Amino acid sequence: MRFFATFRIALRALRRNKLRSVLTALGIIIGVGAVIAMVGIGNGAKAQVDAQIASLGKNVIIIWAGNVTSGGVRMGQGNAGTLLMRDVEGIAQEIPGVVAVSPEIGLGGRVIAGSQNWNTRMLGESPEYFTIRQWPFMAGMSFTEQDVRGATKVCVLGKTVADQLFGDEDPIGQVVRIWSVPMVVVGVLAPKGMSVMGTDQDDVIYAPYTSVMKRFLRTINLRAINVQTTSQDLLTPVQRQIEALLREHHHISPPKEDDFTVRNQEEIAQMATATTKVMTLLLAAIASVSLMVGGIGIMNIMLVSVTERTREIGIRMAVGAHARDILLQFLIEAITLSSLGGILGIAIGIGVAKTLSALAGWPTLISIPAIVVAFLFSAAVGVFFGFYPARKASQLDPIEALRYE
Amino acid sequence: MPNVIQLADVHKTYHTGEVDVRAVRGVSLTIGRGEFVALMGASGSGKSTMMNILGCLDRPTGGQYLLDGVDVSELTREQLADIRNTKIGFVFQGFNLLSRTSALENVELPMLYIRDHLHHHDITERATRALQVVGLADRADHHPSQLSGGQQQRVAIARALVNQPALILADEPTGNLDSRTSIEIMGVFQKLNDAGITIVMVTHELDIAQYTKRNVVMRDGCVVSDVLVSKRLSAIEELQRLEQDHQAVQLTA
Repeated sequence: MRFFATFRIALRALRRNKLRSVLTALGIIIGVGAVIAMVGIGNGAKAQVDAQIASLGKNVIIIWAGNVTSGGVRMGQGNAGTLLMRDVEGIAQEIPGVVAVSPEIGLGGRVIAGSQNWNTRMLGESPEYFTIRQWPFMAGMSFTEQDVRGATKVCVLGKTVADQLFGDEDPIGQVVRIWSVPMVVVGVLAPKGMSVMGTDQDDVIYAPYTSVMKRFLRTINLRAINVQTTSQDLLTPVQRQIEALLREHHHISPPKEDDFTVRNQEEIAQMATATTKVMTLLLAAIASVSLMVGGIGIMNIMLVSVTERTREIGIRMAVGAHARDILLQFLIEAITLSSLGGILGIAIGIGVAKTLSALAGWPTLISIPAIVVAFLFSAAVGVFFGFYPARKASQLDPIEALRYE
Repeated sequence: MPNVIQLADVHKTYHTGEVDVRAVRGVSLTIGRGEFVALMGASGSGKSTMMNILGCLDRPTGGQYLLDGVDVSELTREQLADIRNTKIGFVFQGFNLLSRTSALENVELPMLYIRDHLHHHDITERATRALQVVGLADRADHHPSQLSGGQQQRVAIARALVNQPALILADEPTGNLDSRTSIEIMGVFQKLNDAGITIVMVTHELDIAQYTKRNVVMRDGCVVSDVLVSKRLSAIEELQRLEQDHQAVQLTA
């Protein structure tokens, strides 16, 4: 029998029991819909995290002073005061594959410009810092190596700080005061947005690290060191070398724990996406359970349908239908039911994702592969759970079937 | 040309439970082309089993059955389905039409299972022609529930005709109909038989059997009588007489 004619027969049989068909497909509809919606939201969240990771810079390794756990006591990172300039010089001179290094030292405080003031933090860096973080300037330019050598009183403003202090005015050449120290603004950075930790990356002021050391903190201890490698492949080897070098500098040998923490960009990305992976697994579990339940529903209703239509099967066999024709008819009916459920579920899932993103402001990303996989999966459920009833129908004895009341 | 049906010592024994039921015990029968045979007998005489064997719905356990020259005793399930499709047209007591399916589509049904696929236009055209033969061309898009019993049976006959079978098998075709409609249906069969179609009909109604050409009577799984019908009734004449009687009743009243 032709496929198309069989398909039409299946569609008609489903249309005959509209409510029953919809209720049967409901399991599939809900399962597929939930998956499509959740995957859409999950993908949107992941895209956001990816963008934040990318905003860290390119091929970045970060070394914080102190260890997450030091001697069994959890320490705040960056406050241990164990990183020194000779560590920075060691990394820059002795480790191949390092293109840029920037020591970091920071303080918080009120910054004043004219009649405006704003609470923010100031980080001391080297000019290479902006290359490491791939951070373009909106106006003006970076401070220079000369500024670092002379510990001059110049600074670069993040977009948020520039907006708060100067509004529409041009901040370049203006003076801002922090801790009563006047600093000349030489540049304004382009906005970068939210960090992985959820803080505003633009709410910051950058100055030469020497200026911060000498004119503000009067210390030689660094908060962190930012390192850039020539390529992504070098991230891990360079990280190992840095760890070895710092242990040597700090006279640390095995039983003693490191007094610093090194993370590369990939590790940070992995940490940030770890939750996404758990969520994806959970989703897959929910999806398989609901598709399984939906499939059992289809099997159940197909068994009822075969019993109800025993006489029809008998008539078809009497006029020459092969067992194969009957098998195909009921199998196609089951597949049609489950794939229509799948299509409806996909539509509802997209609708839910769009509504949620509109209402809650979450980003959603509907992925074509997820839709294709969901559709194929729902069709496969039809094949799997429709086969037994269809086979049962095809094995009926025509004489018995014709006599069935 | 071979005979349409040639049975040689056909047996059918059912192995149900501990006792074997010998439903058909050695039937030999020849039915030629153009014959119109009534197969008769009381319930339990084996005529239903005989009908199933003749219709290739069941296989004999012994003997040989040639249908239109083809030995169908040893065919597989699928081969039997093809034989039913091409060589046999069924008419049942309960009409056995697909409900909520139009008359035309019911008649098209056997053509959907022809191994050499027909074009959709040919299917519709042949089905329409078959409906014309039984006088129901104007009811093609009606569903069975919208048709009277006699009309439904005509649709069933059209369905039996549509693949141009060697044999039409009718199982109590008038069993669910009143006497007047029964005669009408016998009229359709007589018309088809006059056109050269071979018909075998199972019935237990003696008066209906009088419209056929030959009566075969079975008892306890054997053929006990096989006679030609001497005073054959014509459905057309019978209907005219009914009409006259009816008018006479109206006049006297």
